Amino acid sequence: MREPETGPAGTNWGATELYVSHGRTVALRGVSLAAPAGQVTAVVGGDGAGKTTLLRCLAGSLGPDSGTVRRPPKERSGYFPASSGIYEDLTVAENLDFRANGYGLPRKAGRDRAAEFLERAGLSGVAGRLAGHLSGGMRQKLAVIAAMLHRPDLLVLDEPTTGVDPVSRSGLWWLIARAAAEGCAVVLATTYLDEAERCTSVLVLDGGVALASGTPDQIVSAMPGALRAVPAKPAGDEAALSWRRAGRWRLWDPAGLADSAEHAAGRPPAGSANGAIVPDLQDAVTVAALARQSGVLTGGAA
Amino acid sequence: MTALASCAGATKRFGDFTAVGDVHLAVRPGEIVGLLGANGAGKTTLIRMLLGLTATSAGRVELFGEPPSRQTRSRLGYVPQGLGLYDDMTPVENMQFSAAVFGSGTAASLPEGIGEYATELVGSLPLGVQRRVAFAQALAHRPDLLILDEPTSGVDPLGRARLWETIADAADGGAGVLVTTHYMEEAQECGRLVIMADGRVVAEGTAAQIVGSGQVVLVQAESWSAAFGALEGAGLQVALAGRSLRVPGADPAVVRLALGDMPATVRQVPATLEERFFELSSQRQQA
Repeated sequence: MREPETGPAGTNWGATELYVSHGRTVALRGVSLAAPAGQVTAVVGGDGAGKTTLLRCLAGSLGPDSGTVRRPPKERSGYFPASSGIYEDLTVAENLDFRANGYGLPRKAGRDRAAEFLERAGLSGVAGRLAGHLSGGMRQKLAVIAAMLHRPDLLVLDEPTTGVDPVSRSGLWWLIARAAAEGCAVVLATTYLDEAERCTSVLVLDGGVALASGTPDQIVSAMPGALRAVPAKPAGDEAALSWRRAGRWRLWDPAGLADSAEHAAGRPPAGSANGAIVPDLQDAVTVAALARQSGVLTGGAA
Repeated sequence: MTALASCAGATKRFGDFTAVGDVHLAVRPGEIVGLLGANGAGKTTLIRMLLGLTATSAGRVELFGEPPSRQTRSRLGYVPQGLGLYDDMTPVENMQFSAAVFGSGTAASLPEGIGEYATELVGSLPLGVQRRVAFAQALAHRPDLLILDEPTSGVDPLGRARLWETIADAADGGAGVLVTTHYMEEAQECGRLVIMADGRVVAEGTAAQIVGSGQVVLVQAESWSAAFGALEGAGLQVALAGRSLRVPGADPAVVRLALGDMPATVRQVPATLEERFFELSSQRQQA
């Protein structure tokens, strides 16, 4: 049985302690990321969190001020969006032919692989269409196919699903799963946590700093304090530690104790009269951001 | 209660193509309604009909009990995906301009924490700041109805929670809110969802009602990649989630058979909203 999860030695790509500044702005401050072969690793954060900077370092298109990047040679990587990615005045099939040729794939093998991916991603009907005439979602799928056509060892995808509808997103996720199943290390950036939850491990960035990292379960169990439901937005200091989600107010108690046994079982504690909430990834990341913003756990460093 | 926005049999045809067909929809005061649909499902055409930018071919569209017009437009706040701000004006100038357009006289003050950006051009501001200015501008004239297109795209989770507080506050104050989004995290914030596919409404209700008793098959194998290959080979539609695989719309026995003697657990689990949405969208396309 093939076990790409534990791929051969030396295929643990990633970055250690990266510092990157753009002019006076520090984009990354000591960020590390592991990208093991056969796994999908998510980099999560809002605009300006440092996602693109980190991904460009991994793809080799940006050098860090300090820190190390472990990546395969350029021809064994795939990057989306590639700066010279897709030619608008070539058809979908021509773009992939051209790319396969550039990668030195045998003609038939390249065509078969491209045809399979187009079919799976729901693009076979538009193989003859000019790339410039594709919808946004189709274009993103074509660019991801082009980036993984040559079976790269490392595939770096910068927000491949942003602005894409759920139907196209499903096609993109099939491509991502396929790349990982072939033993590729996939790193993707997203602003959405429900997407990150589908990845093997997650790095949460905020203002160029790692807020949290690990498997989604690890990030959730590492959440400090406890969460409980409150009937309305609390007054005073507690207002800054509360937020509204799906119509209900949640309050984070930094000193609260989570019931670890119930926590692991993943169901609400029996005595939920006190409104205790079993957190999920979205809660844990929100709490990490609250802690950083309010300085609760970091001695006032906002 | 009178609906702020309503569609009754609303239909829009472009030649032989029906972009919106027989849509019934109502947004009432204090309600947050999420409008979901794949590209081409008809969401944008429907919004344009509500805004009075596209005429209906049949049926009725009303804003505040009358056909959309310039007067009804002034009771509406709209934040498009591109935010709709003037890049070469400052936040204050944008707010003043908008106040003048809506005839509300003096511009509302900038939201908390934005003051330091008051004199910089919008185009040079971080996206998160631009988004807050766009919200403040859309809410400044206290609209009765808010229409938001992917309101928190690109925003970090805490920032998203804070923006949703602003939206919920507007609804608690009596405004009706219509939100279009591709993201289920945003959809979960809406009190009621309307799902469109192929120009039609294919489902309506709370997220829980729409997911209903829908189930998918969850596969946990020693090697997910080997299981992925086997299920693919059997022609099943497979999605990756962590180290597990999810197979929507399949019989667990068929999945088990496709895995052969591979060590794996196979069981049915409740579907997610996104999985249910995908099923509804593809059923309609096949129909």
